Amino acid sequence: METTLVQNLPEVTAAGVIIKAILILAVIAAIAGFGTFIERKVLAFMQRRLGPMHVGPYGLLQLVADGIKLFTKEDIVPQNANSLIFKIAPSITAATAFIALAAVPVFPDFTIPEWVPLLGGVFVPSIAADLNIGILFVLGMMAAGLYGPLLAGMAQANKWGIIGAARTAIQFLSYEVVTGLSILAPIMLVGSLSFVDFNNAQAGGISHWLIWQQPVAFVLFLIAGFAETNRTPFDLLEHEAEVVSGYATEYSGMRWGMFFIGEYANMITISIIAAVVFLGGYSEVGIGWLTIILKVGFFFFLMLWVRAAWPHVRPDQLMWLCWKVLMPIAVINIVITGIVMMV
Amino acid sequence: MGLEQFKNRNVGTQNYKMLDLGQSPETGMGKFKQVLDRTFKGELLVGLWVTMREMINALFKGQMHTVKYPFEKLPISPRYRAIHDMLRLLESGHYRCIGCGLCEKICISNCITMDTRYDENQRKEVSEYTINFGRCIFCGYCAEVCPELAIVHGPRYETASEQRASFSLFEDMLTPIDKLNLQQEYDGFGAVSPNADENIKKTPLAY
Ligand code: SF4
Ligand code: SF4
Repeated sequence: METTLVQNLPEVTAAGVIIKAILILAVIAAIAGFGTFIERKVLAFMQRRLGPMHVGPYGLLQLVADGIKLFTKEDIVPQNANSLIFKIAPSITAATAFIALAAVPVFPDFTIPEWVPLLGGVFVPSIAADLNIGILFVLGMMAAGLYGPLLAGMAQANKWGIIGAARTAIQFLSYEVVTGLSILAPIMLVGSLSFVDFNNAQAGGISHWLIWQQPVAFVLFLIAGFAETNRTPFDLLEHEAEVVSGYATEYSGMRWGMFFIGEYANMITISIIAAVVFLGGYSEVGIGWLTIILKVGFFFFLMLWVRAAWPHVRPDQLMWLCWKVLMPIAVINIVITGIVMMV
Repeated sequence: MGLEQFKNRNVGTQNYKMLDLGQSPETGMGKFKQVLDRTFKGELLVGLWVTMREMINALFKGQMHTVKYPFEKLPISPRYRAIHDMLRLLESGHYRCIGCGLCEKICISNCITMDTRYDENQRKEVSEYTINFGRCIFCGYCAEVCPELAIVHGPRYETASEQRASFSLFEDMLTPIDKLNLQQEYDGFGAVSPNADENIKKTPLAY
């Protein structure tokens, strides 16, 4: 058998990781773009409208039209803005969103069939970088992504941007505690910070899912996840009715598009985390790839569904909720989990 | 109805229904209880259900509201006053207008211009008839005053045009002779009411 470059390399190789990174980047960017279309459609249906219909069949090519518009729009840097930071900020959001995806498992491990040219027979692990502290890395990356809105809002010399940035700060300070604490209880149960271990710990059917052992943590994590991705009911950063467009007020064209892509990539990341940590991930034998898509799709749909149904909260309500309600509940949940584990 | 209701200036004190909103909690514990109540009442889930129900209605029960406007149009009321039509007599196909000039006379923005003359049979014919739609305010007086139901308001409400004042000639508004059988009788402004027969009384002739 002729040896190719790829076959000679060990299973997790630099080349493999690079290929996978490019694939993930391309696929998730495409899905994130497509997510905007899905969102518009779902919101439209829930208001008994048709949504985008005219570009392509059922408006499917609306995405292309939007892309052309974003790419060809004039790139304006406002006077008095700190132009360096203004230009860097969107890439922070987009980059951190995609870096976070590096440590998130997407599919079960599989081996590329022998008949595929060049790559046949290569074992593909489920994750681009199986860090043993995967959860910490992902949460940290998503938290770092908040620098995007924060810097963007402060750099643009616009009062709405400043308010948006201030709201970013308080939102960040509020929910990050809840995210960490809520996911701590499942971590204690599984005893690992690696997503792969989480997935393996829940193998064996629906009854092994962590959501049955940790329903409170699940709800808390979902709430914090909505805040993390700036989704309704926590979309304070750019709520049009109050602060024009918040941190994105002065942005247009592709820079604005990068914020957008980052937000949707974050939505996908949160959906995957929720699916892997609480809903058993891709642990079903044989059809794991299908079930994880369904689970992630469900969470994505839930975010749109909630946006259509619920009003959003005020910043002070968000802080009140996170610090005075959710955080104590999360702590109590951890204590009870600890006691149950000890006994 | 008398005028008493309008003369009463104490608007704040009458006929108001007070909503029973309960007391806002004062203490921290009370507020916490309120949050718990609202959380476990399931109202949030009701909201989710309502949007989901609407989505199901729209997708599977044909209750989509969208009208794809340039391709689909909603029916408009017969009393809607859009661009004028000149109708024809159904039997002979001749235009109904008898050249009486009432519409020109009553038009409050002076936008109807018409001229008449005798034709070879010594009958009056309309030699010129235009409406300046740059001035017309679509008041409907012309349709109301016309004794022959000749000038009526049609259903054509898309009046965007390249020129501010666009004239409409008699021939433009007249029902095309080959579409005569499609001509709709007008039941809007100035038309005979549907129960006109019931309202007619014999005129007493003997005084
Ligand atoms: S609708 Fe009124 S303004 Fe227009 S032509 Fe008739 S009478 Fe004149
Ligand atoms: S009122 Fe009627 S019948 Fe008389 S001129 Fe005008 S359109 Fe003709």
